[in-house]
Amino acid sequence: MVPLTWYLFLAAALFCIGVFGALSRRNAIAVLMGIELMLNAVNINLVAFWRYTDLGQMTGQLFAVFVITVAAAEACVGLALIITIYRQRHTVNVEELDTMKG
Amino acid sequence: MQQVAFAVLSLITLGAAIMVVTTPSLLRSALWLILAFFGIAGIFVLLNADFLAITQILVYIGAISTLMIFAVMLSSKVMDPHQPRFNEQWGLVGGFSALLFVALAAIVSRVVWPVAQGEVPVDTIQRLGADFVGPYVIPFEIASVLLVVAMIGAIIIARERE
Repeated sequence: MVPLTWYLFLAAALFCIGVFGALSRRNAIAVLMGIELMLNAVNINLVAFWRYTDLGQMTGQLFAVFVITVAAAEACVGLALIITIYRQRHTVNVEELDTMKG
Repeated sequence: MQQVAFAVLSLITLGAAIMVVTTPSLLRSALWLILAFFGIAGIFVLLNADFLAITQILVYIGAISTLMIFAVMLSSKVMDPHQPRFNEQWGLVGGFSALLFVALAAIVSRVVWPVAQGEVPVDTIQRLGADFVGPYVIPFEIASVLLVVAMIGAIIIARERE
């Protein structure tokens, strides 16, 4: 039986790789990929805590299903935005998309 | 046996994730992302969450990765591998991520987690379904409305304008 902390370490490492990808890449699609990695790390944590503490109920897995649903919606709207931006500005470099001066 | 499987799966997942964020070519990045998703599906199997493992493969690999590859190909003119792949602050961000991992690892190893041993019930999928139409029926319906809204929104946003 694998200890719970191993899963937590794995999820922490995956989350930090996702943070690095989301904050350091120049291409907007690569930023989305980093966000997907972060969401997956959260899912690993939810399922690991379900497996090790909450076997009587299904709450952990239910939450993970909802996270997957929201991630799918987010990816679909995000990629539609990226394609529209590419069509109008001919770039998906997030450094050049600073019209709003955020 | 389980430890060996966990070590192999986590090595695959973490290695593929590192390749996702460092590969210059975005298309290869998307392919590495598929491998990372497969590794996570294996982790779910190891955690006795078989429904989530199948969902992971169907939704993440079947749908989201395909969308990513489509988006990469539709914006392929900017896929110049000679351009720098990172922005100027990547050193700072790398330091921040490493620091975040150290902090999370310290927390994970310090806290005593209340682990309860027990047998996994054999009917997890049936109980999941019963929960979805029982106590969690309102979040379930809202999730389906969210999916419809996201789909219509994506169609309207990406529509060709004259």
